[in-house]
Amino acid sequence: MANRRGPRDFERLALPHLDAAYSLARWLMQNESDAEDVVQDAYLRAYKYFAGFLGGNFRAWLFAIVRHAAYDWMRRNRSQEIALDVDVDGVSETSDDAAVSDNPETALLRKADHHMINEMIASLPPVLREVVVLRELQELSYQEIAEIIEVPIGTVMSRLSRARVRLIADGQRRLKETDNG
Amino acid sequence: MANGELSFEQAVSTIIRRHGERYSAPSSLALRIGDALETTMGMQPRAVPFRLVPSRRPLAALAASLLLAVVLSSGTTWYIAAAGRQGGLAEQAVASHARSLLADHLIDVASSDQHTVKPWLGSRLDLSPPVVDLTDKGFPLLGARLDYLDQRQVAALVYKRGLHFINLFVWPEGDSATAVSMPASVRGYNLRRWNGGGFTFYAVSDAEPRQLDKLEKWIRAATQPQTSALEPSSTPKLYLDLSKRALAPLAFELHLIPPSPVKE
Repeated sequence: MANRRGPRDFERLALPHLDAAYSLARWLMQNESDAEDVVQDAYLRAYKYFAGFLGGNFRAWLFAIVRHAAYDWMRRNRSQEIALDVDVDGVSETSDDAAVSDNPETALLRKADHHMINEMIASLPPVLREVVVLRELQELSYQEIAEIIEVPIGTVMSRLSRARVRLIADGQRRLKETDNG
Repeated sequence: MANGELSFEQAVSTIIRRHGERYSAPSSLALRIGDALETTMGMQPRAVPFRLVPSRRPLAALAASLLLAVVLSSGTTWYIAAAGRQGGLAEQAVASHARSLLADHLIDVASSDQHTVKPWLGSRLDLSPPVVDLTDKGFPLLGARLDYLDQRQVAALVYKRGLHFINLFVWPEGDSATAVSMPASVRGYNLRRWNGGGFTFYAVSDAEPRQLDKLEKWIRAATQPQTSALEPSSTPKLYLDLSKRALAPLAFELHLIPPSPVKE
């Protein structure tokens, strides 16, 4: 069965995910041309290893490759950016929690604009940004995200929760600056 | 789980989903990947030598690739996919909307004056679509550009509502093969489609649905009573006329492509 898999099967499976793969890469790389290079690299890798795809969730398999390609690229070209994120799962959330006051999310809902929200997501460290993108923008399940980023589901959930707290705190800060300025 | 926590999560989730950008791959990327698969992985080559299309000018190359995919009836999946990936007018319209905001190519003619925008479009398309300024209704007209949807050139009028941009695509009514049902939203963008004054209107935005309802209402009101002003300047024939100024560079590139690309 696996032996019969050919180029057309790869196209049929991989093409529909091109936009989503690009979106993930675009969010990770933060610019268009790097994102294109990463997606191309990932699709070539995926094609090369396609015979080793044992069935199951193709999208998760493909996105894991896109993600690897993105991180490889970052490691080669911007090593400092990743180094900042190493401790992200170990850090306590209390400090950020304390910074969030009453109902800040409703204030954000009222006041935040498109541009600001996207800047806030972009300001998250990559390991938090990717779970937000996969969960909220691509609407994948925790299970799929866990497969893609190769961590337990519990870690996916705690990173998401951390990301939300950071986003709200960041939003509050930005709104305060806007109000003062 | 406390209710408060759930609503906090939902609230953040709502903000992100409403505003977060879902990027669309540029059409050239599918071509690039197809090309790379062919050259480095030995995938079955496609029929047309794409290298003839200059790639140094991304916009022209993108447009040319769209044209090629339309002009030629055969080709590999990768390159048909470049034109209307995942099919569907709604997907295309949303992709075009998103691209217009991202690529900083929202408008070709920046003017809130309908008497500037309308002739500008008229000189570039085989039609003169209705252009309505709704500044006093809270929908300022920012300008217009040419766009490409459903294998045709269309006019894209750009309105703003608060912080949201609205792309209103316009083309002659009855010219569309996809007059079937459409989704009310795609990937978080809201869509409205209606016909009036001999044209089909297709609005895409991240503005709330009721704002699009309002826009539709005002434009319907402005376009329906005065049909005489809205008739196409010629027969509603929108397919690409390569002699038009806007497409002149592409015409040159297209001539580089052999008319019968398949080797016998």
